[in-house]
Parts: sequence; structure tokens; C-alpha cells
Amino acid sequence: MRIPMLLALGAATLALSGCGDRGGSAGPDQVGPNPPLPEQNQYLLPPMHIAKPVPWGDATPTVPAGMKIAAFATGFKNVRRLYTLPNGDVLAVEPKGPQEPISRPKDILVNWIQGFGHSKEHGADQITLLRDADGDGRAETRTVLLDHLVSPFGVVLVGNDLYVANTDAIVRYPYVAGQTRITAPGTILTHLPGGPIDHHWTKDLTASPDGSKLYVGIGSNSNITENGMEAEKDRARIWEVDRATGAHRDYATGIRNPNGLTFNPQTGQLWAVVNERDELGPDLVPDYLTSVTPGAFYGWPWSYWGQHVDPRVKPERPDMVRRAIRPDYSLGSHVAPLGLVFYQGAGLPARYRGGAFVGEHGSWDRGAFNGYKIAWVPFANGKPSGKAQDVVTGFLDGEGHARGRPVGLTVDRAGALLIADDLGNVVWRVTAG
Amino acid sequence: MATTYPPRRSVRTHPIHGILSAYPLAFFTGALLTDIAYANSAQMMWANFSIWLITGGLVMGMLAAIVGIADAIANRGRRHARAGWPHSLGTALMMILALVNAFIHSRDAWTSVVPTGLILSAIVAVLALATSWLGYALEARQETN
Repeated sequence: MRIPMLLALGAATLALSGCGDRGGSAGPDQVGPNPPLPEQNQYLLPPMHIAKPVPWGDATPTVPAGMKIAAFATGFKNVRRLYTLPNGDVLAVEPKGPQEPISRPKDILVNWIQGFGHSKEHGADQITLLRDADGDGRAETRTVLLDHLVSPFGVVLVGNDLYVANTDAIVRYPYVAGQTRITAPGTILTHLPGGPIDHHWTKDLTASPDGSKLYVGIGSNSNITENGMEAEKDRARIWEVDRATGAHRDYATGIRNPNGLTFNPQTGQLWAVVNERDELGPDLVPDYLTSVTPGAFYGWPWSYWGQHVDPRVKPERPDMVRRAIRPDYSLGSHVAPLGLVFYQGAGLPARYRGGAFVGEHGSWDRGAFNGYKIAWVPFANGKPSGKAQDVVTGFLDGEGHARGRPVGLTVDRAGALLIADDLGNVVWRVTAG
Repeated sequence: MATTYPPRRSVRTHPIHGILSAYPLAFFTGALLTDIAYANSAQMMWANFSIWLITGGLVMGMLAAIVGIADAIANRGRRHARAGWPHSLGTALMMILALVNAFIHSRDAWTSVVPTGLILSAIVAVLALATSWLGYALEARQETN
């Protein structure tokens, strides 16, 4: 009889899923410039732990004593990125992420499992304009500034030119201060690597302080080259785009999935938060915050955190591994940082000035959750100085459910911190108490 | 006058078991070949072929096993019924290793195949050939009885 075979199959599956330390504990403290990096562990069944979504209800995220948080606006369709215009209007980018082709049975399974951690609300591929003219901390005017976009993420205004980074192109629109709806057709400045495979599709965007150049983040087209090396052409890098001609050059490479591109107003240096590779264990590889210098190479795919070689990448490239530099500051493994803003305002307690807020979307591939919060990294002399602090928490309800997941950040005209929550579909506003 | 024969009381297996069993034999041996092609080229296309072949072999192998078990139950206590044990145990081992191999092949890039996946694919391919030999030989003997 072959009944024992069925039992053996079941037992084997259970045994496989139970073996080893699967990141059920908090793990080593990896926040800071020199994170401990444990041994690699390629599981038979990699750990996956999805925080089941629950509604906020009357609850809000938690802020330290002396601060307040409230909803600035609600009811979005996958709100992920925020941008403050000079007149105080706030743009909320609501992309619909592209569908990735299925290349392996695993893709079907992982998409299905990850789907449990995302909002059921589909993106609208639009940018909504929010205006709080009376200054009561709630947006009373709300219009669709632009729609029919293509999985937009980054947005930046230079003079009267509003640039939107769709997943496949940077598009320029004419903008006049106070405008609530743009009807003029956009002009493509530069095409970006998009589909048909478009794994890390978010293209973040910022402009140099003098406005002459744009910087666009282009994430890798896979976790670790499993879609083939040819799919990684022009991927895992930051382009510098000439605003006048649209010509581009590589500014930094080997940077797996850079988001939160922003210039530190104190030093004029470009910074980004970067999502590192998965499936080497619950405490590998740390995601990071780093300054990005021209020509820098950060190792992806061949190595991480300097010269730590990834055995999954063939052919090997020892020459590239030698060139890889270490990033500035680890935020912890799988925290999924997507938002970054340097704080210069006066709307929050003075201790936050000069540091950087990081929006951490939160983990899905380790036992104990990491991220799901806004961290604040202190800076001195243009470099992170000391331990990051949790500022906005409570996105998890303490029972393994997620009420929200933070993504993009911006500081509004009054100096309040705005947070895009793409699970609760809320824009939160943090002020001094 | 046509000569009529009384129905024989020997083991009768349904042809559907043989048809379904052909898939794991072809898929698992095919996965070994595509694994070898990947190990020699590092072209992900070959590794993708391998995991689809392994998955297909597992699905069709499960269906074949269900039909085979039904046959075995229907033929309880008859001649040759006990001769199926090496075939059944070999199939069970093949399916367990193929399942482990499917997990290995679901890793990303090089280590989804080399070395563990390739070794497992070779063992599974040998088991597929051996269990198919035993199974088809058993059926052939039953036909001639």
C-alpha cells in the first residue's frame, strides 16, 4: 500500500518547515554603522511571516510623549509617496504596481502569501493633491492632480516643471503654483527600465539642490539574479539625468533597491535607503541608509556589506567584489525602508532637527517582525551619529496584525511629519504636542 | 465455432496507472538533463525548466500513486499482489526526494541547482527509471499470466 508514502510526505513537509532558528526572536542588534553579520542560511523552506491586516478603527499610530498624531487624510488607493509643494499643498502618489510574469511555481506561491499582507485596495495610478488651507491639520481640499499614470512613485518640482517618475519613464508636466489639476499632456524626459519583468518597480526621484540634475533610483529586477543576468541591464543603480537634455549616466551602481532619494540640506550630499537581498536568513542582509557618492558600487549582486560574497550569483566576479564599498548605516534586516526625509522644520520637538526620519514598511520573511515604524537617525557633521530611535510605532497591534505599513515621508509647510500608510490608506500627520 | 475462454482470475491493473506513471519518468529524467544544462551555462532558463519538470513530475506522480493504490486495493490477496512492494517503496522514496528537490529548486539562482539540486535530480532520475522498470515489468508479467 502506498498510504505510508502520503504520511511520509506530510511528515517531511512539517519537519522541513520547523528546522533551525527562523528569526523567531528579535535577532542581533544590527542598527548602526557596523552590524554583526551572521552566517548565511539558505533554508529549504525560507521563513515567512505575514502580518494579517486589520483596520485602524479609532486607533492611531503611537508617538512619544509631547507629540501628537492624527489622520491628515484617509481613503486613499495605495498611497505610497508624499511630496510637499512650495505653496504647502501635499501630493500623495497612489500607484498600481505592475504584475510580474510568472516564471516559476514559487512565484505563484509567494505572490499568494504576500497578498495577505497587502491592502485589498488597488492603486489608482494617480497623484492626489491635498490642501489644508485653514491649518487645522486636516486636508479639506482634495483633487486629482494627475491620473492615467504608469505605476508612479517619485515626484519632484523644479521651478515650474513637475517631474513624475513612472515605472517606465520620467515625465515632465507644466505646473503653476496653486494648480489643483494638470490637464496638459506630459513630455517624456527619459525612458526608464520597466517591464516586461519589473520586479522592483518603484522609481524614486529627486533633484540636485541647483535643479540642474535629477536622480532616479532603479531597483534590481530580481531578488538575486534569478530572472537572469540579462534582466539586470541598467538595474540596481541610481541614474543622474540631465534636466535639459534627458541624457543619463550611472551615478551609483550595485545598489539593490534604492528609495527615499534625498539631498541632505546641511551637506548637499545625496542619500538613500536601500532594500537588500532576501533568503540568506532572518538576519541577513541588513537594509541600509547611506550617502551616495558618484561612481560608488555597493556590491549587488555579487556581494553585500562590502566583500561578503553571495554564493547564489554565477559567474563569480572577484574583481567586482573587490570594488564594493560598505554602506554608511544599517537599519536592520528586512525592515524594508522606503521613505527618508531630513528634518529641518520647527513643527516637532527641537531634538529631531538635523536628523533623518526613515519609513520602514516592515518584514515578511523572518519570524519576528522587523520595521513597521518610523525611525529617527541622529546626524552630526553630515554622518549618522549614534543609535536610531523609534518615533512612530503602533503599526502592529501587538497580536501579530498590521493596522498600517509606513512608506513615504514628507515634512509639510508647518514642519509636521507626514507619513504615507499604504495598508490603512491613511496619510498621518505628526506634530509637537 | 469461436472458442471462448473463461475470464482469468489474475491481477488486472488499469492502463491509466501506466499512462500517468510515464510522466514522472519523463519529467524527472528530463529535470536531470536541464539541471546539467544549467550547471554548464548558468542560464536561468534551464533551472526554470527543471523546477517546472519537477513540479509536473510530483503532480502526475501523485495522481499515478492514487490510481496505483486503488488498483492495489482492488487486487488485494491475488497472485503477484505482494510483488509490487519494491515498486511502491521505490516510488515513495522518489516522491519524497522530488519534493525536497522542489524546495531546493525554489531557492534563487545558482544554489537552487548546484550542488544539492543536481545531486537530488540525479537520485530521483535513477529512482524514476528503477521504479518504472519494476512497475512495467510487473504489468508485463500480469499480462502474460
